[in-house]
Amino acid sequence: MRSKAGLSHRHSGSLHAADAEMALEMARDVYTRRNEGVSIWVVESKNIMASDPEDKEALFEPAGDKIYRHPTFYELPEEVKHM
Amino acid sequence: MSEKDLEKIFQEKIDNEVKIEPKDWMPEAYRKTLIRQISQHAHSEVVGMLPEANWITRAPSLMRKVALLAKIQDEAGHGLYLYSAAETLGVERDDTIDDLHAGVAKYSSIFNYPTLTWADIGAIGWLVDGAAIMNQVPLCRCSFGPYSRAMIRVCKEESFHQRQGYSIMVAMANGTPEQKRMAQSAIDRWWWPALMMFGPHDADSQHSAQSMNWKIKRFSNDELRQRFLDATVPQCHLLGCTVPDPDLKFDEETGHWSMGPINWDEFWQVVKGHGRCNKQRLDHRREAYENGAWVREAALAYADKKAKRKQATQAA
Repeated sequence: MRSKAGLSHRHSGSLHAADAEMALEMARDVYTRRNEGVSIWVVESKNIMASDPEDKEALFEPAGDKIYRHPTFYELPEEVKHM
Repeated sequence: MSEKDLEKIFQEKIDNEVKIEPKDWMPEAYRKTLIRQISQHAHSEVVGMLPEANWITRAPSLMRKVALLAKIQDEAGHGLYLYSAAETLGVERDDTIDDLHAGVAKYSSIFNYPTLTWADIGAIGWLVDGAAIMNQVPLCRCSFGPYSRAMIRVCKEESFHQRQGYSIMVAMANGTPEQKRMAQSAIDRWWWPALMMFGPHDADSQHSAQSMNWKIKRFSNDELRQRFLDATVPQCHLLGCTVPDPDLKFDEETGHWSMGPINWDEFWQVVKGHGRCNKQRLDHRREAYENGAWVREAALAYADKKAKRKQATQAA
């Protein structure tokens, strides 16, 4: 569901439907009773490839100690006000 | 890693408020108890549509009718969120529904009471949804991700339900003498069943300790019941109505209301299937499922037809 123009689609939930068109109609009925969105995407769950929780460390830990990817790592002279 | 190590990591997550997601390792008992609780919660939403649907055609005004329809629609939606959450644990929704229809799975026994007048619709929104909200807000923080997220969604939608009910009570309590009597009669019939929604007293509640340990349950039955009482008694008095409890007392020192004894015989009778509407509710669910089979078949047939047509045009 894209809640408004400019924002990206966010996961709302799952549902059962006979095909993709019906899934769109169902998604409208089940997930937009409170003006939740302006655009719906539906995808069959079999087409979602998910990372394995077991691989969490291998996949995500390397980014943890690369502090030089963050602007706060860099010290600048005081005179430089906006960088 | 040994089972013991896995359990240790699992419990550490729970203790540190780290949510458990569907593909994470979890004890079989955790999975099973959540499947039971979430699917029974889903069944309760769907069965709960029935006592209110009874009054759609007899709502006293168009505004009341659309509000009631919207509430009932929400309940259907809540059931669907919860069936989806249950499915993340590896159960098929159809199997849980079969269990419901076979009388094996339970649903909240409050829905085994009849809605005898329009005032009952007010009482249900105010007292039954009120009690449900009291129970569901803590569930928003339960340890299992999908259940907690479903509950956050449900709670957002539920808040108008209680207001809808109370506004009906206000209208009737400020109406004709007959409407006032009808409002009071509904309170007299729904008050105690609503209090029973919180389940047995803590001392008599078997599964609670493990559920609390796993942060599925965050507060005890009696704690929630007390909160509900303290919030709801003043609301009843504001209507100019009486609480049907001769032992109801306000304790100046603690600032809490204390209630009389609950009729646990009635509670267990209804839970075991001997309430006013148990049979009617299940019969209705089974009939709806059987009579709706043609809709499911038609939807699948139509989807099939569209797919074949698409293949044909692509091949051409």
